[in-house]
Amino acid sequence: MRWGVIVFPGSCDDHDVYDCLKRVLKQKVEFLWHKDSLNRNVDCVVLPGGFSYGDYLRCGAMGRFSPIMRDVIEFAGRGGLVLGVCNGFQTLCEAGLLPGALVRNSSLQFVCRPVHLRVEETDTPFTCAAKKGQLLDLPVKHGEGCYYADDVTLKRLQKNRQVVLRYVDAKGRPAPAANPNGSIDNIAGVCNEGRNVFGLMPHPEDACEKILGSEDGLKIFSSVIAACGKGEKRAWHG
Amino acid sequence: MRVKIFISFKDGVLDPQGKAVERSLHSLGYQEVRDVRMGKYMEIELEASSRQAAEARVREMCDKLLANPVIEDYRFEIQE
Repeated sequence: MRWGVIVFPGSCDDHDVYDCLKRVLKQKVEFLWHKDSLNRNVDCVVLPGGFSYGDYLRCGAMGRFSPIMRDVIEFAGRGGLVLGVCNGFQTLCEAGLLPGALVRNSSLQFVCRPVHLRVEETDTPFTCAAKKGQLLDLPVKHGEGCYYADDVTLKRLQKNRQVVLRYVDAKGRPAPAANPNGSIDNIAGVCNEGRNVFGLMPHPEDACEKILGSEDGLKIFSSVIAACGKGEKRAWHG
Repeated sequence: MRVKIFISFKDGVLDPQGKAVERSLHSLGYQEVRDVRMGKYMEIELEASSRQAAEARVREMCDKLLANPVIEDYRFEIQE
């Protein structure tokens, strides 16, 4: 399979994702400049973390209008796999590819630390290699990662099982103290209704080797590789 | 035309900045202060054939980029 990592002006985790995919996972991966069109041979597009367009106005608000995003929206509409990490998650929400929005952390502080996450759903191409209820340790590093959705949207997310990851404590309970940013319902990652677009605030690419303190991030990437390898991609294409 | 745009959080959206400012005001002795909400304020200069035309354009700008309808409301004033 082939991966594409979008580079927006102000992206800073693009190289982390690239390195994780290329060196650690031996994947075919290329950078995609935000002004270019989307390479049609790509199976999964990653929107990396960072501060696209300086995060001016709102995080992801301007990145969402980068030329490549027109192709990304079309690609997602055809069932293509799209993964947004941190600023990428914010951009996917701004683009309307994912429900809800990410606002200022309730603590008003930038958080940079490892968190425990619980895998809530495994019938997505991004978590199919994990077990339901499995705990993952990944780092977060953001100032505006507080997930918000109104009541109607939240109920729909729960009903459709679109909440893929929740912040939990060491025992796997979604306690308020385990929530690093005030996200509603301890939500750390959501997918769209088609389950082919996934956004999360924690960084799987920064937890891909023992020396980084955790290898749990590989679960996310290896899920995508497994889903594409088994030809299950077609299933996600609906 | 000069347009003044005011963007604010919808009711129900947490506004920790507003809360922090409220606490600061309380600590300065302004105990009567309640419900501080932070927002954004923009001014833009715009050419338009009529007030109506300007309104339509500004509304479009707000819906598309300047405000996020998931979390924000907006209003604007046009000065000719």
